[in-house]
Amino acid sequence: MAAVIDDNGLSPSQRSWWPKAKDYCRRHPTVAIGTAVLVIMTLIAIAAPLITADPLKLTPIKRLKPPSESFWFGADFLGRDVFARTIHGSQVSLMVGGAVALVSTVVGLVIGLLAGYIRWVDSVVMRVMDGLMAIPGVLLAIALISLAGASLTNVIIAICIPEIPRVVRLVRSVVLTIREQPYVEAAIAVGSPLPKILFKHILPNTVAPLIVQATYVCASAVVIEAILSFLGAGTPPEIPSWGNIMAEGRTYFQIAPWIIFFPGVFLAITVLAVNVLGDGLRDSLDPRIARRM
Amino acid sequence: MYGYIIRRLLATIPVMGVVAVVVFMLLHLTPGDPATVIAGDYARPEDIARIRAKLGLDQPLHLQFFTWIGAVLQGDLGHSIFSNLPVSKLIGQRIEPTLALSISTTIFAVALAVPLGVFAAWKAGTWIDRSVMLFAVLGFSVPVFVIAYLLMYVFSLNLGWFPVQGYKPIGDGFIPFLRSIALPTVALGIIYTALIARIARASVLEILTEDYIRTAKAKGLSNSGLLIRHALRNAAVPIVTIIGIGIALLIGGVVVTESVFNIPGLGRLTIDAVLRRDYPIIQGVILVFSAVYVVVNLFIDLLYTVLDPRIRY
Repeated sequence: MAAVIDDNGLSPSQRSWWPKAKDYCRRHPTVAIGTAVLVIMTLIAIAAPLITADPLKLTPIKRLKPPSESFWFGADFLGRDVFARTIHGSQVSLMVGGAVALVSTVVGLVIGLLAGYIRWVDSVVMRVMDGLMAIPGVLLAIALISLAGASLTNVIIAICIPEIPRVVRLVRSVVLTIREQPYVEAAIAVGSPLPKILFKHILPNTVAPLIVQATYVCASAVVIEAILSFLGAGTPPEIPSWGNIMAEGRTYFQIAPWIIFFPGVFLAITVLAVNVLGDGLRDSLDPRIARRM
Repeated sequence: MYGYIIRRLLATIPVMGVVAVVVFMLLHLTPGDPATVIAGDYARPEDIARIRAKLGLDQPLHLQFFTWIGAVLQGDLGHSIFSNLPVSKLIGQRIEPTLALSISTTIFAVALAVPLGVFAAWKAGTWIDRSVMLFAVLGFSVPVFVIAYLLMYVFSLNLGWFPVQGYKPIGDGFIPFLRSIALPTVALGIIYTALIARIARASVLEILTEDYIRTAKAKGLSNSGLLIRHALRNAAVPIVTIIGIGIALLIGGVVVTESVFNIPGLGRLTIDAVLRRDYPIIQGVILVFSAVYVVVNLFIDLLYTVLDPRIRY
């Protein structure tokens, strides 16, 4: 609360956004760090074709060679550049993480709003969600992909299905508390139509917890994608992803550990950044939880 | 109380019903003809017809479901498409390593996480607290197979303390069993530890602000008595809840860990079945794992009244 009035005697609303952003970052360094790492990762993923060689190019003479000047992260069993593959692999992870976070948040929001507000929908939907949550997510995703076939779209759908119930539960619990508020009763009393009550009065209250939840979904999606690809039931092998680079390195782990090491480090850093960002957002968006945690 | 137990038991029926429908529908929701999907890309028409007849896929959908669920309720999970062995027998053969690994991981995680969480809450705001929280965030972020390979590289390949891969059943002697299961337990346990430690810290921290804690302190209770008898006892419900929810994480992790360490458990059975599209096995394993999750959480729900006598149903 110390920084409400700055040196020039202006309140936060009178200042431009840049000092406000700087101030926010100073108070919530984890948000700043998490965002910075993710922005760098995204830039790396976008610029991958520019900064690395072809991730599919075979250099048989370099097979299983350790990291060197020409191959920063070493070469794999076919003589492919592990650096190029790892950098390209970030595209898959970020895409899957972002897409799953977006899709499961939107779908979960719609289902959760309806379930929280309409009683008969609630009892049906929540039974289904309880059932879905009882099925281990990784197993459900593996089974879906093995049957639907390995493709990026199927990976995204398969990861969304176990994530959606968690979002639904969160949205529903928010709706259940908000619908009892006097201003919602007032809106009902003056005859506001249902969509207006849902989207204008209830929806805004779900945004803050949803943003936090979306980051956790994103982190979990990146991990599950890597697990699926690692187990051979995820991203098809012709697309380098951190999971399947590591899967290909398994047989050679004892003689060429770098094939597994570098994608593993990238994976861990990315997930860490997303989780740290989520924790920071939770603290900054919901001071009540922050004080307790 | 008995009324509650019966109601809670009945409440698991719709949950398991949804699980059964989802598991059953998996095959039918995916695009394409199920028999063709199972048979794979290089199947001959007679193979597809054989699989279709064997799984009863030529019958109407609702009839298939009721035939299947009727068999499941009698403990018949069907037969593997490839080995033709009963799925329940295959699961029985593979359950020991998975069970051993799950139990050892739970013991490891709880034994490490609860003291860490309590200690961090007690020393809130100090470097001890901050390191525990850092560990919790790290442990939650580094995927299990990355930890597994790291441990394997350091302790098996470089130091040679543990076997690189494989599993020794407990019947082969306790020490070889422990040595084979030590690294998988730690690898799998880290994320679980991180999860529990975080909740333990948060709930103990909340309890420590209560008035009766101040009273206990004022009457001169020792720190250990305060933390264990008062704080931990009252924080038990959220801690036990997160242990139950974490079972889902544990099950997902078991599949990966078994794959990395070459442990012949249910996880390996699943992955082999997935790669061969041996659908009855996939169905059976998912059903069993989901049932375990539901039963553990049912048990935890009933445990609440024991842990906290204020909770009455």
